[in-house]
Amino acid sequence: MEPLLEVKNITKKFGGLTAVDNVSMQIFPGEVIGILGDNGAGKSTLIKVISGVYHAEAGQIFYEGRRIKISNPTEALKIGIETIYQDLALAENMNVYSNIFLGREKLKKFLGLVDVLDHDYMHSESKKVLNRLDINIPSLKNKISTLSGGERQAVAISRSIYWNAKLLIMDEPTAALGVAEQKKVLNLVKTLSSQGVSIFIISHQIHDVFSVATRLLIMRRGKKVAERITKKTSADEVVGLIVGSILGEYN
Amino acid sequence: MKNLQFKNIIRQYGILFGLTGLIIVFSLLSKQFFTISNMLIVMRQTSIVAFLGVGMTFVILGAGIDLSVGSVLAFSGAVAAGVIQKEGVFLGILAGLALGVILGAFSGLVIAKLKIPAFIVTLAMMAMARGGTLVYTEGRPITGLPSSFAFLGRGYIGNIPFPIILTLIIFILAYIILKLTRFGRYVYATGGNINAARASGIKVDNIIISNFTISGFLSGLTGIVLASRLNSAQPTAGMGYELDAIAAVVLGGTNLFGGEGELWGTLVGAFIMGILNNGLNMLNVSSFYQQVVKGIVILIAVTVAQSGKK
Repeated sequence: MEPLLEVKNITKKFGGLTAVDNVSMQIFPGEVIGILGDNGAGKSTLIKVISGVYHAEAGQIFYEGRRIKISNPTEALKIGIETIYQDLALAENMNVYSNIFLGREKLKKFLGLVDVLDHDYMHSESKKVLNRLDINIPSLKNKISTLSGGERQAVAISRSIYWNAKLLIMDEPTAALGVAEQKKVLNLVKTLSSQGVSIFIISHQIHDVFSVATRLLIMRRGKKVAERITKKTSADEVVGLIVGSILGEYN
Repeated sequence: MKNLQFKNIIRQYGILFGLTGLIIVFSLLSKQFFTISNMLIVMRQTSIVAFLGVGMTFVILGAGIDLSVGSVLAFSGAVAAGVIQKEGVFLGILAGLALGVILGAFSGLVIAKLKIPAFIVTLAMMAMARGGTLVYTEGRPITGLPSSFAFLGRGYIGNIPFPIILTLIIFILAYIILKLTRFGRYVYATGGNINAARASGIKVDNIIISNFTISGFLSGLTGIVLASRLNSAQPTAGMGYELDAIAAVVLGGTNLFGGEGELWGTLVGAFIMGILNNGLNMLNVSSFYQQVVKGIVILIAVTVAQSGKK
């Protein structure tokens, strides 16, 4: 099987600081990979290179076998790479369906002249995708600011699924959630994976990552220090790799 | 829950109760106040603040602020009047509008691309445009404008002063842009969470530049209408108007930090300011006290709006 995404020798610097140092990795369709590491290990920078927020100084990205250049987030979205950010990237002052369609609003002709927003269409389409993912939100006309953390997460994920994400990047998806809601999000990850969506999960919560990811990628000081099959490693080993008390194969 | 709904209603429509209250009080105190002719006068006065307020609503919804509207108004009015004397009414109006657009776009460009706070940039623009006005006019009013130019500020369609009709047209256009179009969504999104907007592929820089350009255009238009109404361009025109425009937006319930608010609120806010001016004049309240009353009203309105939030 061909990897959905492969990055080779990615390096990203901020001034004198090398945030990501010569990292290579690949992800297959439907695979869930956990990216682990301490603060400042370069996890977020790495995924921001993939999602088009940052430009790498060196390295190549291959997507479905083709070499690509992702110059901005819009280009990443177009080819099916969606990111669920730590701050969720939802406009809290806007309602659920407006957020699901944010940046890609459905338009219709008004009086045959002006392109205006097609609220009915966006509302009903949003309803459909939420139902498909078994997500319950009282009214899609509610502003995001009235929703719980888990509901916001669900909206952000539904949005990417609606737009046919093939690769989902989740940055600390469970960080701000209660225990019950964390479970729901992790179940959602499993559902998505079974539907063929590839997922990168970045998290400090090793336990969460262990419960959903099949493969783990450990970063330290900008470098990828180790790669492990989840079933063939332990939380202790992974913690050791993260803090550097155990040396990985790439150290 | 009921209490919350009640608070929401107060927050959204409290301004209308306030307006009704003011009209009732002034009607009781003065017989001439609530007459059609006086209301038309109020609306015509209101139109100036309303034009600026509409532009300011775009800017504030996008989490900006525009302190330069009063100065841009004066500069545009002066340049329009100057060009009208030499080149005729049409080119004069065009020049005034173009200047407003250029100054607004320049502010927006600096704010969006150089990431300098709107407060600072438009404060600088306020000084530059006022200075430009004084240089252009040599500190003297430009008078002697042709009678064909009078229609904008003093004309009537039927019994209705033209500035009121212009206010309605601008309001409807702005409402369509803000509420029905994709651009309007992006203004709200940019003001609500600029990072989310950017991550969604919205070109937030363009939204910010457009907002300030709209504000500049409407400032220019206001300057031209004011010059027409006064039959002259005054170098000191529009001084302090930026505060009236901001007050109208805030009175109208728009969140000063962006993302939340309604255009009709601004219109009502502008109308309240007009009613206050007119009503207090009719009651022979000295203009010194009027300032005090205006300040108190703004404070009360914002306090009520705040109490509706958590």
